[in-house]
Amino acid sequence: MKEQSLDPRINRLDLSRGEGEQVQAQSHLPTWEVFHQEKRGKQAVHAGIVHASSPDMALVLAKEQYARRGKTANLWVVRTSDVYTFKQEDDDVFETVPEKTYREPSAYKVRDRIEAWQKLHPEQL
Amino acid sequence: MYGNAYISPEEAARMGSVQEDPEKLSMFEERIARGEKIEPGDWMPAEYRRQLLRMIEQHAHSEIVGALPEGTWITRAPNFRRKLALIAKVQDEIGHGQLLYSAAETLGKTREEMLQDLISGKAKYSNVFNYPAYTWADIAVIGFLVDGAAIVNQVINSKGSYGPYCRALERICYEESFHLKQGHDNFVYLATGTAKQRAMLQDALNRWYKPLIHFFGPSDRESQHSEKLMRWKIKLASNDDMRNQFLDQYVPKVRELGLNFPDPNLHKDPVSGKWHFSDPDWEEFKRVINGDGPCNKERLEVRRYAELANRWVRSALMRPSEKYVTPLA
Repeated sequence: MKEQSLDPRINRLDLSRGEGEQVQAQSHLPTWEVFHQEKRGKQAVHAGIVHASSPDMALVLAKEQYARRGKTANLWVVRTSDVYTFKQEDDDVFETVPEKTYREPSAYKVRDRIEAWQKLHPEQL
Repeated sequence: MYGNAYISPEEAARMGSVQEDPEKLSMFEERIARGEKIEPGDWMPAEYRRQLLRMIEQHAHSEIVGALPEGTWITRAPNFRRKLALIAKVQDEIGHGQLLYSAAETLGKTREEMLQDLISGKAKYSNVFNYPAYTWADIAVIGFLVDGAAIVNQVINSKGSYGPYCRALERICYEESFHLKQGHDNFVYLATGTAKQRAMLQDALNRWYKPLIHFFGPSDRESQHSEKLMRWKIKLASNDDMRNQFLDQYVPKVRELGLNFPDPNLHKDPVSGKWHFSDPDWEEFKRVINGDGPCNKERLEVRRYAELANRWVRSALMRPSEKYVTPLA
């Protein structure tokens, strides 16, 4: 007699189907990098990957995986194989000069100089 | 949701057999000690890769198989709101499985290979899902206490050293907090209901007590291999510490409802802060993990059926011209 499962859905299946058959790993679907945009006008942020055979399928799966809750304005998908990156061991290319404050607004302070000049030249004010 | 990764004695004996370049190894260990994350392209000891892969894969399988006992009750949820919540939770668990397979994939094993190892019985999943959900009260206990235990484990693991796993866990923990809250709501609703509902809930608690104590794995006294896993931040807390944290958080929440676990020895030592409990029968734990539990056979048969009955869809979608590359992060 067939063993009864507590799950009525499982009792409706023919679990013996293909019994003894070896399940071989299939070749796999390529991955897509998913970018999630929360609101229109905001940046799309990398969220993770999905496995899919086409952009359409990738978008459907990305919606299920990364837009189940919270707000979503849009999703982008890009083939992982289309993404180009620097090699991790080459991260020294980002180290140019050790000190880059000359690119920062906070490196340009003039108030002290103005006050010193004003003290020396009250007649010109 | 998830249980602690189980390391068999044979597995433990194999650990540490590979010799690594001492210079690279010490640089790697220094990075971890500084709190840096290891990313997919980085150098890592073969043993680190193997242990992480084993653990993340087990975690992924646990999410997928974990959806089965709860799915049992979707068709018979007591009302529409509970049904919506349960469907959402089960969908989340499958989503968590996918996130974790992706994280594991960055270590060099494909998702297809992992699914195959699950079906063949080569890979393990959390033992707790080999137990049946007899009544709706089991769903309340699973949603509240099994997920509660899983969160203790996952929050700790999310501070680990492997970047992709930590990122997946952060997303997972965020979603699991909904699982826990809806489970607690369900649990409290039954506990404050009729005498029959309370009795049903107490029965379910009695059934789940041992699997919950087993959840975090055998006592630390029996697992000497964890020292290296701790140093590499693959494992971040001992089994006993996690179990203690769980009991600390959840026993009061059960007792405040006038319910209790079926163990007269369950108490907290006020001096050491450690919980004591009766021997939960670790032999049963080992038996079940090795395949001889009440639901092992059904769980794997259902996975196998799903794979065999539906693979034609995936075959039809396959495009041989698409190139596969390992995911980036």
